[in-house]
Amino acid sequence: MNTHVVSLREHARDRRSGTRNAGRGQIEIRNVSIHFGRGHDAHPAVMETTLDIAPGEFVCLLGPSGCGKSTLLNSMAGYVKPSSGTVLVDGEAVSGPGPDRGMVFQQYSLFPWKTIRDNIGFGPKLAGRGYAETDSVANTFLEMIGLTKFADKYPAELSGGMQQRVGIARALANYPSVLLMDEPFGALDAQTRLMMQESLLATWSAFSTTVVFVTHDVDEAVFLADRVLIMSAGPGAIIADLRVPLDRPRAADMATTPQFMQLKKQCLDLIRAESLKAFEQQNR
Amino acid sequence: MSSQAHASKHDEPAAVSDGHESKAPGCATPSPNAVPQGSRRLDFAEFLRGVLARHAANVAISLAALLVGLVFWHVATHTKLNVYINFENVPPPLRVGEAFMVHLADPEFYIHIAVSMRRILTGYLLATALGVITGVLMARSRVARAFVYPYIEILRPIPAVAWIPLAILMWPSEESSIVYITFLGALFPIVLNTLHGVEQTPEVLVRAAKSLGASRLQIFWHVILPAALPSIAAGLAIGMGVSWFSLLAGEIISGQYGIGYFTWNAYSLINYPDIVVGMLVIGGLGTLSTYAVKLAMQPFLAWQRRAR
Repeated sequence: MNTHVVSLREHARDRRSGTRNAGRGQIEIRNVSIHFGRGHDAHPAVMETTLDIAPGEFVCLLGPSGCGKSTLLNSMAGYVKPSSGTVLVDGEAVSGPGPDRGMVFQQYSLFPWKTIRDNIGFGPKLAGRGYAETDSVANTFLEMIGLTKFADKYPAELSGGMQQRVGIARALANYPSVLLMDEPFGALDAQTRLMMQESLLATWSAFSTTVVFVTHDVDEAVFLADRVLIMSAGPGAIIADLRVPLDRPRAADMATTPQFMQLKKQCLDLIRAESLKAFEQQNR
Repeated sequence: MSSQAHASKHDEPAAVSDGHESKAPGCATPSPNAVPQGSRRLDFAEFLRGVLARHAANVAISLAALLVGLVFWHVATHTKLNVYINFENVPPPLRVGEAFMVHLADPEFYIHIAVSMRRILTGYLLATALGVITGVLMARSRVARAFVYPYIEILRPIPAVAWIPLAILMWPSEESSIVYITFLGALFPIVLNTLHGVEQTPEVLVRAAKSLGASRLQIFWHVILPAALPSIAAGLAIGMGVSWFSLLAGEIISGQYGIGYFTWNAYSLINYPDIVVGMLVIGGLGTLSTYAVKLAMQPFLAWQRRAR
């Protein structure tokens, strides 16, 4: 496993040095508001949000369901157009989805009719890489996620955790500058989720891709992120930007350290206050 | 064990519209050792054996049921049963069998079959091409949908027989009017199933493909079409059945060859056993061609059967 990570790191570096500078994956969000619906039904999902994410940073968007965190992520992915404001990735305005921004969804986003190998190789194939190169990229990533044995299986034959590993590998096979993850482990059981978090961090350290990770799980956010951004519910806005003081590489037992607990409490208090506010608004 | 799962899936091909529904919500624990790699051939033998074992009892029951029917038919015709339904002029099964054997040795019989098959093939292939294209267009474009839907709604309930007079007036030859009627029968189920299938494409897969860099055409080819395929396959199978249905209507009233003509002609010539021969041949050919359609679609739906 470790040797793969090292070889991947070289692989990723080779890719990058040739094309652009190492500082890829910068995200600038400027006064972004996103409204859904029109006329009377119009409601804001994201309000006047400004945010900077540095290249290689691991940022978690944390908040209760319906707070607009997925909408904000989707605006970075290019699925949602901001009603006002701009989203820049590496200085370029996002105008639609593209292979420079890999996307990992909550579940069932693998192509059920493609084998695991073909799912992972889909990005390189679309990019016009030859059969041999596509295959070699797919094999590299299959080894990385430890699913070489399952290369010729179909997604439905894999467990939820395995499917998500494939989903991450598929997004990374394009060597994107940004990896956008929308509650990728939300549907997994607790044990699997912990393992997935650790393996995600190992992968991330090899790729040094910028990661924006949406979750409503406080532990997950604190364990994974460099920065935790807490979003408030309706209309969505970032109410706190907390730096995670934990060392890297992170280990599972850090979850019991005082720093971890303290930050977790801070997050929980903020979210609780927000939830109460939302609750009161609804009952007024 | 795995062969059982295969067999039960096998019973309901193509009817499932969305492969995702068959997925257990991420809790199935796959066993990497259960199915060693490179043993697909072995799997198939096992699969076949499983199917046979599972189906042996069903086949026995079905055969027994057919036998009961035959015996009833024989007794009813033999005793000239007349209780509201009159069996007096119904040919008994043995005479039908005799007539069938005679026809098997008659080259003209095969011409009838070949002509019918040719009409089916022409009409059906045209319906498949046009139906899939129309269905996809309707699903992807609001304008196309609003434009085509009224035609489908109005034309679909019109039975093939009702088309015959107008078809004869419209088309230059009898042959083309029969093919037209056949085509029309297959068209609607194919269009509607394609439409349904394309509409059911999970949005998350389209998004995933976009973020992987797929163009519109690539999304269509790699995502929308395969996602719609189970539903299209169901439409193709239904369309084949309906196209036989329609062909017969066309052949009974016009044409000089074809198994429908053969059947109707037997009635005109008071050759009652041949009526039943014609009917049975129609039934057999209809079943066979529907089965052929399903078989032809199977390689494209392998991913569905592999889902546990």
